[in-house]
Amino acid sequence: METLLQQTLNGLVAGSIYALVALGYTMVYGILGLINFAHGEIVMVGALVALQTILFLSSAVPGLPPLVLLLAGVVVAVPACMALGYLIERIGYRRLRNAPRLAPLITAIGVSFLLQTLAMIIWGREFHVFPQLIDTAPMQPVDGVVVSPMQIFTIVVAFTLMGGLMLLVNKSRLGRAMRATAENHRVAGLMGINANGVIAATFIIGSGLAALAGVLFASNYAIAHYSMGFTPGLKAFTAAVLGGIGNLPGAMVGGLVLGLVESFGAGYIEHLSFGFLNSSYQDIFAFMILGAVLIFRPSGLLGERVADRA
Amino acid sequence: MTSTSTTLPRPAGFSLDLRLQQPLLIVLAAAAPLVALAFGASWVRVLDFALLYVLLAIGLNLVVGFAGLLDLGYIAFYAVGAYTWAFLASPHFGIHLPFWIVLPLGAAFAALAGIMLGFPTLRLRGDYLAIVTLGFGEIIRIFMNNLNQPINITNGPQGIDMIDPLTIAGIDLSRNLDLFGMQVPSLVLYYYAFLGAVVLALVLVRRLQISRVGRAWAAIREDELAAKAIGIDTRMMKLLAFALGATFGGVSGGLFAAFQGFVSPESFSLMESIVVLTMIVLGGMGNLAGVVFGAIVLTALPELLRHFAVPLQVALFGKTLLDPEVLRMLLLSLAMILMMLWRPAGLLPARTRYAHREGRKA
Repeated sequence: METLLQQTLNGLVAGSIYALVALGYTMVYGILGLINFAHGEIVMVGALVALQTILFLSSAVPGLPPLVLLLAGVVVAVPACMALGYLIERIGYRRLRNAPRLAPLITAIGVSFLLQTLAMIIWGREFHVFPQLIDTAPMQPVDGVVVSPMQIFTIVVAFTLMGGLMLLVNKSRLGRAMRATAENHRVAGLMGINANGVIAATFIIGSGLAALAGVLFASNYAIAHYSMGFTPGLKAFTAAVLGGIGNLPGAMVGGLVLGLVESFGAGYIEHLSFGFLNSSYQDIFAFMILGAVLIFRPSGLLGERVADRA
Repeated sequence: MTSTSTTLPRPAGFSLDLRLQQPLLIVLAAAAPLVALAFGASWVRVLDFALLYVLLAIGLNLVVGFAGLLDLGYIAFYAVGAYTWAFLASPHFGIHLPFWIVLPLGAAFAALAGIMLGFPTLRLRGDYLAIVTLGFGEIIRIFMNNLNQPINITNGPQGIDMIDPLTIAGIDLSRNLDLFGMQVPSLVLYYYAFLGAVVLALVLVRRLQISRVGRAWAAIREDELAAKAIGIDTRMMKLLAFALGATFGGVSGGLFAAFQGFVSPESFSLMESIVVLTMIVLGGMGNLAGVVFGAIVLTALPELLRHFAVPLQVALFGKTLLDPEVLRMLLLSLAMILMMLWRPAGLLPARTRYAHREGRKA
């Protein structure tokens, strides 16, 4: 029973981070039909920029309270990633909007590896320790279940952001423009919507969320590294597909479900496979889910759009 | 390379007479290791690897260039071929089968893996297919890394070593051959063996390209719905492309294992899949000459960088700012982005009679 609760909690923490990243994938896919492969690297850039800011501030102005440091890291990392997301769209993808379908995808892979390489040049190959500015000391609200303030903080922040995004998309003028563009960007253009602006805004918002996800990820696992964005990026994409790509609530549900499945899977895989497989196979779950969803229910859990359009 | 009956105008900058071109290439290919030997044995090694990459690129081109299916887990088939060789011709299990059993077996296993991957996934749209294949590649790698317990199958991250070399007609290619009093180094022997494989592959694939199957692939690549409408069994054809592409991967994997004498999961990372993809993107998707060119350039260029960029940096700045591995990754990622933006058809674009790759699609 304790294990069950513990795994649920761990799954929720990872899942809420996946969900934040998945939102970026799903928004871009909804509007452009493009898998923005480089989205995972934004997570990494967000974490490393925040780390750099925190290290700089804590040495320049000693004695700042940890919360201020973390906030400063976020305040620098989010706009930096927003700018990066905008640049990627403007330079990499805009020209290819009408190109054959493989072209933007290959560009996206190139951008992803370019960002990794640049990060490797700037921050080196080594693993950096990300300072744990929010208490990670475990508490035991229920006997046998361990939870830290950082984990609670992560879940609260992620859910607040998701709620905010839903409000933005469903209630604001920009949100309406985004939905219209996703429906059909030519017709949206005829209705006086600046499609290029909306697409840019989508990339900017998605990148901002990814930057925050990066900071949360690095804070939780106390590590930052030039290749840290790739696997969470892939998993977040899986989450987006699982929920139904192009569907915002779907991305959130998909992220949480994926987090939970992974956490339970890693906990119980040894029993399930009679000791043959162990928790080092954790990463397989995401891919298996991805494959299974695409084969049996390509529209995802909440999606109406049919993925198989070929 | 191309049938002379083609009436389409040839692109500018590539006007060498075809009758001259072919013998020239043959002489060049045959003499290359001897020239390289003059600069040191390590360059022959680079050439050997270049040929292995050419073989891989030809196989991936079958899938991506001909049939238009983006496969990001291609290196998994290479891994299947390599591990098949490692299992069946090394002291790891104590089995030592000859190459004419192991190589076809490796190819068959790789083809089987291709069919297993393709069967459920080929009805997906191109970009989904890319991600699923990527996931497949990662799964294979995770298994290679972890299948050393509870039963030791792959020996985990340490990999398998002391793999049997390629032995053809009693000649062990890992030893220098004494040919009428002349010492032929092992690296050169491997070069000619690989060259043979590449030439065979080129002939096969060329025949395939202009066959009914090749035309069906081109039709699927250009417009799948239309292809279906004119009666092409698109599912079957895509599966065939996957299986055949995988076969090439399996063969080059086996050759790789024999040549290296050692395999470990590290050699089969996602980065390698991307490298092979970049080779065909750079050279020209769907064009065999382009693919070969791309593979050679992208194998040789990083080696040249290794030799010249580092001393240059030391001379200019007094230290190494960008190590060769970083330079290689920069080169590859920039090649992918810039090629797609400026020359999406590659440096040597495909010019087939029935295809126009620049066709705009919704």
